[in-house]
Amino acid sequence: MANRPELIAPPEIFYDDTEARKYTSSSRIIDIQAKLSERALELLALPGDGVPRLLLDIGCGSGLSGETLSENGHQWIGLDISQSMLNIALEREVEGDLLLGDMGQGLGLRPGVVDGAISISAVQWLCNADKASHEPRLRLKCLARGARAVFQIYPESVAQRELILGAAMRAGFAGGVVVDYPHSSKSRKEFLVLTCGPPSISSEAPKGKVGDMESCSDDESSGDEENRTVGHISKNLEVLFLLRASIRHRPRKKQKITKKGKGREWVLKKKEQMRRKGCAVPPDTKYTARKRKARF
Amino acid sequence: MRLLTHNMLSSNIKGVANGFPLLIEVEKVIEKQVDFNPDFLKNIFPKIEWQALVQASRSMGYSELPEESPESSMLDSDDFLMKFHHVLLELHLEEGALVCPETGRKFPVNKGIPNMLLHEDEV
Repeated sequence: MANRPELIAPPEIFYDDTEARKYTSSSRIIDIQAKLSERALELLALPGDGVPRLLLDIGCGSGLSGETLSENGHQWIGLDISQSMLNIALEREVEGDLLLGDMGQGLGLRPGVVDGAISISAVQWLCNADKASHEPRLRLKCLARGARAVFQIYPESVAQRELILGAAMRAGFAGGVVVDYPHSSKSRKEFLVLTCGPPSISSEAPKGKVGDMESCSDDESSGDEENRTVGHISKNLEVLFLLRASIRHRPRKKQKITKKGKGREWVLKKKEQMRRKGCAVPPDTKYTARKRKARF
Repeated sequence: MRLLTHNMLSSNIKGVANGFPLLIEVEKVIEKQVDFNPDFLKNIFPKIEWQALVQASRSMGYSELPEESPESSMLDSDDFLMKFHHVLLELHLEEGALVCPETGRKFPVNKGIPNMLLHEDEV
């Protein structure tokens, strides 16, 4: 079973109306996207002065990540290549402005105008060049000086991550990869954090989140790539992505199943969820989730 | 599409030296209510290209924005900020097109979303 959408078809074809709707109505996906967006926003390290900023959401899709930005009070511009996904975003009446465009063709924005950029689960689509005419390049000239771009990525392996970093280094940015929960294969999330312009002395490289382990050290010379934030220095503004994306990791299930089974509360919660989605659900009565005989 | 976004957009076509600002062909404009936030306006003001904003607002049918680029003292006047807010965030281009100033190539705008996809030969 192919579990990598980016190997099935290019995004504007893979995300047709059906797929777009399915993606957006999955509560699991909504949850993941919200968490990833919150984390990316954190990593953007915007000054905490309560002033709303103008941000860019690269590969905004149906606006799930953009909603997190709006909830935090920011204005945003979203770019996506799939009209179907953008239609869903319109239905959801997202507050950001939407653009139909190909991130590999250039973002089409004036230099230095946005205060930060995020991209959640989107940049890996760039890695499979479907069109012979372009080597996909992600140009981020629109970032203001000192602004950051945070890409949530799934590199296939350690070697791939080094490749991404190398490309970013050559083409561009100060920054590195932040890894959350590096030792858990399910929870592990990677964020490529790039800063435009020389890094200021006061801003530290962000630390990745760790489970029960000791916190990550900042030792850059060590050969262990697993839980490090790597810093590199350079100046100009293009990032070249030439690599394949990776397998999506399934996030941990929320509900712990105890020996007693799932219980009435859980069943009621699920029924409510399905009702919200719009499915036909029988009404809740005193018989709901009643214990049946063993051989039922 | 709000004028805030229009002010940031420029034509990406290969070989175009100055793709900013995109000219607006209006078919339908709507107005949406947006919460007034003076902090945001003051923060974004230095990044705005004023002349482009004024021209764009005129083409959308709003002519109360002053033509001369305001000095920082005007940013303290609530009256000015309200107008700025209205033009930047509340005027939406629903249907129409954006036109590249150099090549004349049209980027259609449908349901408020401009289609900025370039053809193979324009990349």
